[in-house]
Amino acid sequence: MSEGLLLKGGRVIDPAQGLDATRDVLIKGNRVAEVGARLSVRGVEVVDVGGQIVCPGFIDTHVHLREPGFEQKETVASGTRAAAAGGFTAVCAMPNTAPVNDSASTTRFILEQAEAEGVVRVYPIGAITKGLRGEELAEYGDLREAGCVAVSDDGQPVAAARVMRRALEYAQAFGLTVIDHCEEPTLSEKAPMHEGAISTLMGLRGQPAAAEAIMVERDIQLAELTGARLHVAHVSAQASVDAIRRAKARGLRVTAEATPHHLLLTDQAVKDSDYDTSTKMNPPLRSETDRLALIDGLRDGTIDNVATDHAPHTIDDKRVEYDHAAFGIVGLETAVALMLDRLVRPGIIDLPRLVALLSTNPARLFGLPGGTLAPGAPADVTVLDLDANIKVDPARFASKGRSTPFVGWSLRGAAAMTIVGGTVVWRHSRGK
Amino acid sequence: MIRFPHRHLLGIEPLDATHIQTILDTADTLREVLERPIKKVPTLRGKTIVNLFYEASTRTRSSFEMAEKALSADTLSIATAASSVTKGETLLDTARNLEAMNPDMIVMRHACAGAPNFLAKHCKSVIVNAGDGAHEHPTQALLDAFTLRQKRGKLKGLRVAIVGDILHSRVARSNLWLLPKMGAQVVLCGPPTLMPPGLERMAKVTHRIEEAIEGADAIMMLRIQLERMGGGFFPSLREYHLRFGLTVERLARAKKEVVVMHPGPLNRGVEIASEVADGPASVILDQVTNGVAVRMAVLYLLLGGGEVTA
Repeated sequence: MSEGLLLKGGRVIDPAQGLDATRDVLIKGNRVAEVGARLSVRGVEVVDVGGQIVCPGFIDTHVHLREPGFEQKETVASGTRAAAAGGFTAVCAMPNTAPVNDSASTTRFILEQAEAEGVVRVYPIGAITKGLRGEELAEYGDLREAGCVAVSDDGQPVAAARVMRRALEYAQAFGLTVIDHCEEPTLSEKAPMHEGAISTLMGLRGQPAAAEAIMVERDIQLAELTGARLHVAHVSAQASVDAIRRAKARGLRVTAEATPHHLLLTDQAVKDSDYDTSTKMNPPLRSETDRLALIDGLRDGTIDNVATDHAPHTIDDKRVEYDHAAFGIVGLETAVALMLDRLVRPGIIDLPRLVALLSTNPARLFGLPGGTLAPGAPADVTVLDLDANIKVDPARFASKGRSTPFVGWSLRGAAAMTIVGGTVVWRHSRGK
Repeated sequence: MIRFPHRHLLGIEPLDATHIQTILDTADTLREVLERPIKKVPTLRGKTIVNLFYEASTRTRSSFEMAEKALSADTLSIATAASSVTKGETLLDTARNLEAMNPDMIVMRHACAGAPNFLAKHCKSVIVNAGDGAHEHPTQALLDAFTLRQKRGKLKGLRVAIVGDILHSRVARSNLWLLPKMGAQVVLCGPPTLMPPGLERMAKVTHRIEEAIEGADAIMMLRIQLERMGGGFFPSLREYHLRFGLTVERLARAKKEVVVMHPGPLNRGVEIASEVADGPASVILDQVTNGVAVRMAVLYLLLGGGEVTA
């Protein structure tokens, strides 16, 4: 093994340092040693990344690794391999496992699995409430000490306002951000798609955008009441974006994420796919008005980061009637390519904004290592090739999940190399 | 032989006016078979049809069975209670097992919207949708159209009011596709809680039954499914009947030659008063009679039958 790694001749984009220029990046051990023009170092492995984009490692703050309990859907090993293949150097793991990650022992188990079999960094997210039941708070002190970086009952909302208030208050003692899956359950009623003209004609029950926005508004009120940090998971509705924008303008500590599928698809995909269950997730794909509002939010900073809500399921969970299919699709291996081809290439966002959405901001929001290539930072690097042509083919996914609405999409631009702690954990095989 | 360009009948939406016309004209021809002393032609002899009913149905299933028998097809009917469905077998496995017996067609009724589409993607058999959730019930809309055409001589230019629980009604949706394609105008009426969004683009929408009935050539009353009451869509059956039910007094606002239709089963005294259901404007039993002929036409066209008059 060589002394280090020199990434030579790439365009280095690191918004944390205000850097966007051709630079060499020298990695020694598991840290960034130096970023400079035409570095010349002996005894290190040199990788020519000329013409490519060198970014601080991408962090996906919303991933379901499914382990423990649902290893048939995904494991820490398969999920982190998928992350690496998609250009992510770290993932935050949602707690809706079995057992639920509501105790230090489960958190430690996930971290041990990550240590033993993980390919990228894994940051567990603990449960807001014990068993995700929305009743009693989980032991945040223990969860924090064991390594949780935030708390969430993702998959379902914290239905009772009183419980959410206590969670926001109590989490502050441990510096934990509360991530809420915003959905008013008595209004959404587990409906399989967005409520609108398309759900009407397809005869599927719909959940209205208001079911999300009501909960976002409630949580913002509670964030104001408590002064706590609130992060809104997978924002999908225009009214939610508007509410978050207003909350930010009032100086509240509210942040939000959006997924690539909500940024790129609408409920029309349910119809166009003829009830294909790869279009079923929660929150559902919404209207074009909602989608455009998300894009606006992405551009003006209302949306802080892009996260995949990677939610793998077995083929049997998805190959059933639309009503009976599990909610959720995979996203780790398509997100970066989708964003490069459909958001950066048409000029909707620029590359520095992409890096902010996928690295700088997620690191900052949850106080994670990385998010920058400043000397001394962890040597987590994502290298992008803007000219790579890929075709989305689930058969080649590292994830055990195969359900994606992007099957067959031809995309230009993709992750070319993923480096975690100075080790190249994935590299696109050219010409294959 | 008549050419019909669709492999399955999953809904009315994919059909265009000429296809609908073809089905109705074919039904007109086949109806005569049912009036013969021996109500049987050998057209589909040797063809196997499976009726796969995941939801209770008396009318639709027996109508399909009679149509199949009149065309001499071999049929097998499976209802949920008597099948492996209760053992937790998936729809796909059930369909594949049936298909392993090589039927020519599967007629399916299912509580989930899109279930026939799912079957069509995964099976080789011809699929006929006999009602899927709140999505479509194409043969019902076709028999409605057939009956309307029979009673009013045409479809073009007719004003048709569809009244009741639009939200949960596959009959309403199939008619909402069919009638405008054939040049009729649709007025939808129901309490706002039972009116799903987005229909204004396809029809006139009103919440006042008097307005819907005014000048109507036909009124299709939809069944209020009593099991929906738990959803809190309306306060009581009493109020529903008072505000949205079809009564003799309200019927007087329609055209003199108006016909009253209902896909059945009736909730007498709820969506429709008995005096109307049994009155001179009612064509509800004609709909049932015509259902067999229309379903014969669908089977015949999809299975590419030969001579009708043998």
